[in-house]
Amino acid sequence: MKPQKVFTLLAAAMLVAGALTSPLTAPNAQDVGPSIATLRGAAPLDRTNSAPRIPQTEETDRRRARNYPEQPPTIPHKIDGYQLDKNGNQCLSCHARTRVAESGAPMISVTHFMDRDGQALAAVSPRRYFCNQCHVVQARTPDAVPNTFVDIDSLLAVEHKPGAN
Amino acid sequence: MSKLFNLIKGYWGTLSRPAVHLSLGFLSIGGFVAGVIFWGGFNTALEFTNTEKFCISCHEMRDNVYQELRTTVHFTNQSGVRATCPDCHVPHDWTDKIARKMQASKEVWGTIFGTINTRDKFLEKRLELAKHEWSRLKSNDSLECRNCHSSESMDFSLQSPRAAEAHKTFLVTGQKTCIDCHKGIAHELPNMAGVEGWN
Repeated sequence: MKPQKVFTLLAAAMLVAGALTSPLTAPNAQDVGPSIATLRGAAPLDRTNSAPRIPQTEETDRRRARNYPEQPPTIPHKIDGYQLDKNGNQCLSCHARTRVAESGAPMISVTHFMDRDGQALAAVSPRRYFCNQCHVVQARTPDAVPNTFVDIDSLLAVEHKPGAN
Repeated sequence: MSKLFNLIKGYWGTLSRPAVHLSLGFLSIGGFVAGVIFWGGFNTALEFTNTEKFCISCHEMRDNVYQELRTTVHFTNQSGVRATCPDCHVPHDWTDKIARKMQASKEVWGTIFGTINTRDKFLEKRLELAKHEWSRLKSNDSLECRNCHSSESMDFSLQSPRAAEAHKTFLVTGQKTCIDCHKGIAHELPNMAGVEGWN
């Protein structure tokens, strides 16, 4: 077989395979079901969806367990209207080292006083200043996507069970 | 000096003698009517300066502090009860109100000479202006907050545990007053470096 013919055949085969498997292939209009609807849902293009209700933020003073050792602890209370900018950090007005005795709030971790070279600073490191880059409030909402996360202790417990694979 | 004394004596003579041409009825009823007009007019003008509409008729207030208020719970909330500028910034008692209004004449000066007529000037002066309000509320035990928020009427069992604890420990015992913890409740805060409780 001539090399040119081989190439043509190969290209044709790839095209067919691509057409069968490519996720980019546009589905027919009938195929679009609710299962692959976008965030817009089934709303027609000329209408705007009504926004979902804003869920209630949890508001307690109880600390929540971390799901894994390096998880930034979640915020168990509301932070609506808290100012957090270069002028002031309202979180620190309770969680700063000098404030916790009075407020009873947990002190920010010592890692927050370190710069990226591990050098301890006297005050909160600038890279740790904006608390809600990592720490977030919690609300009871249905999962947007299924989550099968299992924490390490549960995983170890399963593995140590005799007969478990 | 004696000239001045004589002048006062002359006026006193006029005032202490009975009127020659005007009747007692004209003087008493006319005095009453004039009193109503002047006092009513004064009070109406005073109350007009005590409205949000009046406050935000100057761009210094409208473009800076009013815009910040609009995002807070004192502007929109579940129950639709809202605070306007004078609710928090002008005492409600008459004597205190007049005292504050006299102080505010300095703000008229500021408006005329453009003390904070640009955003930059405002931001530069912000800490000083905020400190005035903090010290005012601190010295009157947060009177303007307590016009609506009374610690006696607070149901701690309905508050979040965190808020209830703080109010029980500091508010009820009188250790702290509202403004000590709730600075910037209705406006953005200036640079808080060095402010007590924020360092």
